[in-house]
Amino acid sequence: MSWTWFHKLASPPHAYRILGSLAPWFGWASLALILLATWWGLVKAPADYQQGDGFRILYVHAPSAWMSMFAYVVMAIAAGVGLIWRIKLAHAAAAACAPIGASFTFLALATGSIWGKPMWGTWWVWDARLTSELLLLFLYLGYMALRASFDDPQRADRASAVLALVGVINVPIIHYSVDWWTTLHQPASVTKFDKPSIQLAMLIPLFIMIAGFQLYFGWAVSRRLRGEILRRERNANWLREAS
Amino acid sequence: MTAVRTPTLAAAKLVFQRDMTLAWRRWDEVAQPLIFYVVVTTMFPLATTPDLSALRQIGGGVVWVAALLASLLALEALFRADVEDGTTEQWVLSGQPLGYLLLAKVAAHWVLTGLPLVIMSPIVGTGLGLPTSVWGVLMLSLLLGTGTLSILGGIGAALTVGVRRGSVLLSLLVLPLAMPLLIFGSRAVAMQMDGDSPAGPLQLLAAIFFMALSLGPLAMSAAIRISVEN
Repeated sequence: MSWTWFHKLASPPHAYRILGSLAPWFGWASLALILLATWWGLVKAPADYQQGDGFRILYVHAPSAWMSMFAYVVMAIAAGVGLIWRIKLAHAAAAACAPIGASFTFLALATGSIWGKPMWGTWWVWDARLTSELLLLFLYLGYMALRASFDDPQRADRASAVLALVGVINVPIIHYSVDWWTTLHQPASVTKFDKPSIQLAMLIPLFIMIAGFQLYFGWAVSRRLRGEILRRERNANWLREAS
Repeated sequence: MTAVRTPTLAAAKLVFQRDMTLAWRRWDEVAQPLIFYVVVTTMFPLATTPDLSALRQIGGGVVWVAALLASLLALEALFRADVEDGTTEQWVLSGQPLGYLLLAKVAAHWVLTGLPLVIMSPIVGTGLGLPTSVWGVLMLSLLLGTGTLSILGGIGAALTVGVRRGSVLLSLLVLPLAMPLLIFGSRAVAMQMDGDSPAGPLQLLAAIFFMALSLGPLAMSAAIRISVEN
């Protein structure tokens, strides 16, 4: 099998061009899906028999929580590719993922907290998923802090890549330890909402919203990655010729 | 001509002995984390309540948090001197598996900072109202936990070698990764105090330790190579 396409993809000028043509597709498709899912989730889906209309924040909360983990895995894979095959573009992609993933994590925490106030009667509970989400945010912040603390971009790339890989091995351990910790501590009243059998009518807009968020992630990463390429290749000839 | 290479185990032993000798000559620096550990645990009764039966509720957790922070303190300088004077560079060039040499260094670090914390913990725990019946579990959990923490911290120290304000960054990197240790360790102590069997969390701590022991050297050597090559 020929790997030419792969190496071609890893070259900054090609990637810059391809990302530029992909970004609008991602962007418009995600906008359409998110608008559709918002209408479906807020208007068409039935209200929850227990939580009334309050449950509708789920349509922002659940997709952001999903994306927060998805972005971390994508970041770690990109970091691993960069470390193993020494592809600078993969490191740039990992760098592009981190702030987006951190934002999704923050969004999941904020919406979880807002949801918790009417449902649980408090802004914060030490619920398993909230806590592991918080730790995930710390991992993102550590990654970005490490990346920012090097002057030499190549060293920053490789050091933060090692950290991303160590982190991705630890994420399941953290998740299960927190899970185990809360099942021992937590009163049952909180877990009442934990595993509701969601109706299909409520589930469809959720899936549409997740698809929309995925596409949004694709759009945001493409844009950020193009920015990264511009910053890293600012002295390259191909850029001067292109502009 | 065949190059004669020192057996890896002998080389690792040399690294270990060297660090022990250096530490012995500057034993006051070695004592600092231990003093920090005692001072931090003293702060909790002062900040909350001197009532021993109330302190007992949080005693296991306080000992664990203090131990985590104390062993982080000494980590920052773990590789710094060796990277600056070129020792690590020679290790990279020596043809020895770098991971083992670094593990020997981390082992020496653990003997100097982790082990004293473990030995000190019954005394500190008693001050927080922990009954003698939990001493064994407390020490065993700390034994496994500080071991893992030294390896995790070794990865963090290798990554932040030569970084400005490395110590704050190191804490930011290592502490989230150490949360499972904190959860299992303090739970084991609490379960023993409630009369439950602490076997579950202790086994999980042991599992995490062996995972760190097997994968940690890989990450450490990758991180050190990055610091040395540039």
